[in-house]
Amino acid sequence: MRPHHARFLSLGAAACVAAALAGCSSGGSSNSSSSSTPTTSTKAPIVIGTSLSLTGDFSTDGVAFQKGYQLWVRDVNAAGGLLGRQVQLKVLNDASSPTQVVSNYDKLISTDHVDLTFGPFSSKLTTPAAAVAARNGFAFIEGAGGAPSVFTTPANQAAHNVFDVSLPIQDEMVPFTDWVKSLPASQRPKTAAYPMAQDPFADPPVQVAQTMLQAAGVRTVYSKIFPAEVPNYTPAADNVATSGAQMVVLGSTDVPTVSAFMKAFEQQHYVPKIFIAAAGPDQGSAFTGTVGTGNAAGMLVPNAWYPGSPNAQSQKMVTAYLAKYGGTPSGINADVAEAYAVGQVAAQAIQATGGTVNSKIISYLHSGATLSSVQGPVKFDSLGRNLQATVFIFQWQNGKFVQVLPAGAAGSVKIVNPKPAWAS
Amino acid sequence: MTTKLVHAVVNGVLGGGVYALMAVGLTLIFGVLDVINIAQGVMVVLGAYLSYALSVHLHLDLFLGLLLTVPAMFIIGVVIQWAFIRPLRGRERTSMSLLACYAVAIIIEGILYWAFGPNSITLKASYVTSSVHVFGFYLPYIYLYGFAMAVALVVALYGLLYRTLFGRSIRATMQDQTAARLIGINVNRVAALTFGIGVAVTAAGGMVFGATSGGINPNSGYDLISRLLAVIILGGLGSIGGALAASVFMLTAEAIVDIWQPTWSVAVFYAALVVVLTFRPRGLFGRQEARAQ
Repeated sequence: MRPHHARFLSLGAAACVAAALAGCSSGGSSNSSSSSTPTTSTKAPIVIGTSLSLTGDFSTDGVAFQKGYQLWVRDVNAAGGLLGRQVQLKVLNDASSPTQVVSNYDKLISTDHVDLTFGPFSSKLTTPAAAVAARNGFAFIEGAGGAPSVFTTPANQAAHNVFDVSLPIQDEMVPFTDWVKSLPASQRPKTAAYPMAQDPFADPPVQVAQTMLQAAGVRTVYSKIFPAEVPNYTPAADNVATSGAQMVVLGSTDVPTVSAFMKAFEQQHYVPKIFIAAAGPDQGSAFTGTVGTGNAAGMLVPNAWYPGSPNAQSQKMVTAYLAKYGGTPSGINADVAEAYAVGQVAAQAIQATGGTVNSKIISYLHSGATLSSVQGPVKFDSLGRNLQATVFIFQWQNGKFVQVLPAGAAGSVKIVNPKPAWAS
Repeated sequence: MTTKLVHAVVNGVLGGGVYALMAVGLTLIFGVLDVINIAQGVMVVLGAYLSYALSVHLHLDLFLGLLLTVPAMFIIGVVIQWAFIRPLRGRERTSMSLLACYAVAIIIEGILYWAFGPNSITLKASYVTSSVHVFGFYLPYIYLYGFAMAVALVVALYGLLYRTLFGRSIRATMQDQTAARLIGINVNRVAALTFGIGVAVTAAGGMVFGATSGGINPNSGYDLISRLLAVIILGGLGSIGGALAASVFMLTAEAIVDIWQPTWSVAVFYAALVVVLTFRPRGLFGRQEARAQ
């Protein structure tokens, strides 16, 4: 009998622990996290549901997004809430899974009966999540789904429910390519490599940049798409190094991808004169902590926001963030601002429509109204792209994340060119 | 093109060493216990995090740190076997062990998230980013050291299995547990120690993986496990040398395909498995052969 007892005890314990941990780990089931403050009125709170990648491949971004949402909830509640109602945030963990994110929004809408939904992290997860919201007549305000494929889905073309407060990513490299083209012929790179992760976010801006730079006479010596989220990027990175390209335009989605390329380049004693990545270097201390502050020098990345932005709302948010989480301004992940901006746009829509009726919010956001956010003005086209978003190019210089392009724009400093050698 | 091909082969061989370090423990455990340790990927990540903690907090060199992480992982392995695997009996033992190992993976992952957070980490040392110039190629020291360690480890494990009394007990247990009991071998003890050794050698794989990758987080093990399983199946379940040979073969195939079409590089990893198993169902060094050695 003893072995049976032992077996059942062991398996029972294993199953229980697994089930319990699955809830807060990668299992993908719900992990409710309320960020409410004590209710100061008798009115029912406005409950906002979202699914975030708190574990898995996008966990760095997911946690940064959670901080941005929570910061906005805290600020809005401290100011008396919306329409006299406090705001509550309900967060489920999707473990970076496009399947789990669908289940999560189904649960938030059908079981938890939230009033509004906010978007998850990444275009890859936003696309299926927005379809769930569309099916239920919900507006889907999001900050990290800027890939063209997010807007052109049949669901969005029918429901017009997606609203991306950040910049559409397709043209985010344009200020960079304009700058390269403006360089004197003697300084302009002659060759370029375009390695791209297989991801709806990573490829389009790099492909646009490649087309523009080729037209400007920059010869393509490497242009290939590699699988995203594989454990081994070394072969692809080594092939780029072997090409000897003077400029690398990397279609990346996260820090580990950029870090893997940087590490392989250093091992191969290869320093491109210009190195820009679609994402990764914009993740503050998560980036410098992985690649090292010295190696980060000269790395470029496009985005709509940076911690030193002169935008008054942004400065207020940065101050609030540092007071709550500590660190330095350059260490703040750009995802925080994207999430905070989602909350701001939702707040303006709720105030303008006098409630949380999703159909009214959708109509209002498509009305042509110009809204404000920490990332700058927001105005949506018929598919929910932010027409007012301004794209900047940022660079790591001496441990600081600074705006460098467009050259001459308010806040831009001189770009470091060529990229300094690897520091380690 | 020849240069690229040679470079790809060199990359494949050196990268294969890293994968062998991660896979030998998995195949050893299967060979002795008939347990597919689905938690192996997370064990690799755990090994990397332990090395990271020693490096960051005690400023211990990554290889010196193995003197601490290998014994620590051995103890963790013995405890896991005692608590989760040993109680399993009966015909469903192998399938139930999958569930138990999955639970172990989730527990370890949860602890790592709690202890280290979601941000990715990478292991740093001068030899991680530096390389030696040989015949026109830059060979990263970390890969060279990793490959040398993989070969040394395989030799050491062979020595343990074929030159020691304990190894004889292991091989007897591999062939027939009941017969092993009858001749006085403490099968439970052998199983616990073998599981411990299998997890302990993974500490070395975790360290090198953490140093060669762009960054890992507690969830990174799930991207690894399917590849490690493919390696040990191709090498022949239970064959330690087979794990090394299969790692080199698959990583080389992947690196060569990567020259032309990187999107197919992952697929070729598994396509190679299917092709080899079609002609040699027991893998490169099949189980019967492995046990007969």
